[in-house]
Amino acid sequence: MPRIPAPWTVKRKILVKSESETDPSFGYKPEERPYPDLVRFGVINLDKPPGPSSHEVAAWVRRILGVKHAGHGGTLEA
Amino acid sequence: MTGVLPVALEDATKTIQVLLEAGKEYVCLMKLHSDVPEDRVREVLAEFQGKIYQRPPARASVKRRVRIRKVYYLDVLEIEGRNVLFRIGCQAGTYIRKICHDVGEVLGCGAHMQELRRTRSGPFTEDEKSVTLHDVVYLHSKWQETGELEYLRRFILPMEKTLEITPKIYVRDSAVDALCHGAHLTAPGVVSLEAGITNGSTVALFTLKGEAISLATATASTKEILEMNHGIVARNNRVLMPRGTYPRMWRSKTSST
Repeated sequence: MPRIPAPWTVKRKILVKSESETDPSFGYKPEERPYPDLVRFGVINLDKPPGPSSHEVAAWVRRILGVKHAGHGGTLEA
Repeated sequence: MTGVLPVALEDATKTIQVLLEAGKEYVCLMKLHSDVPEDRVREVLAEFQGKIYQRPPARASVKRRVRIRKVYYLDVLEIEGRNVLFRIGCQAGTYIRKICHDVGEVLGCGAHMQELRRTRSGPFTEDEKSVTLHDVVYLHSKWQETGELEYLRRFILPMEKTLEITPKIYVRDSAVDALCHGAHLTAPGVVSLEAGITNGSTVALFTLKGEAISLATATASTKEILEMNHGIVARNNRVLMPRGTYPRMWRSKTSST
């Protein structure tokens, strides 16, 4: 069986089509987003504990943080 | 089961589809039902690398027809008697429980999955800024006490992290707001892009500051986009950035003066 490279090992070059600069008066670098945008556009790399379902864990996060929506990326069976 | 479970908040939940389709990595403890020579176990496990056929197990969330799944690697970490510990990198929707079962069938002795820990989901790994529920409770209460945003930033990552391994097209400021309104990306809006994009690729459209604007489907390859002067290069699927984040630089046909 030939090996298939894992998607996270693939390095892609960035190629420039045209030069341009960005105006600092609009938007933010993602790591500098102020509150509450940093929550609104945020994701938690959670280490799921054994026992509760993925769905329950997401619901707990929703309650702890007092946010309207929290969804998990891919069920990890209880 | 434990391990990497990314949880997206509020508007970032729109990026979840990317994670559902992303490759995963697990560490699995498989239990053999009788003694088998170690070499034979390694030999059989190696056969489960590459493209494998898999019928989803009885308790599965998809239709139970045989599908092809990609296993990027399957490395044995330790074998001790009937206990086999291995690390596996695989395509989304690969059932590890089923792999253990099938390995048992091939060996002729039977086997089952004893324990499973997810160590990667797309760009998220267990060692990189991963937090427990306890950490979340603690850091969140520290933030409430002190008002220090650093506590929130310690466990809430920007949604752009989710798109780290998705091919990207970077667009100029003047094209951003039109994309937020659902317009498709045309060639003059492109500043730079990653190699390897093909017609039909899922791509993320980013600002020059590194903010995610939307998820889109490329309608041309990297090479073609570099040479195009006009025309659509990517069709928007999911807008992530709110309208009005960047100034409106486009005119609508009806309201032009």
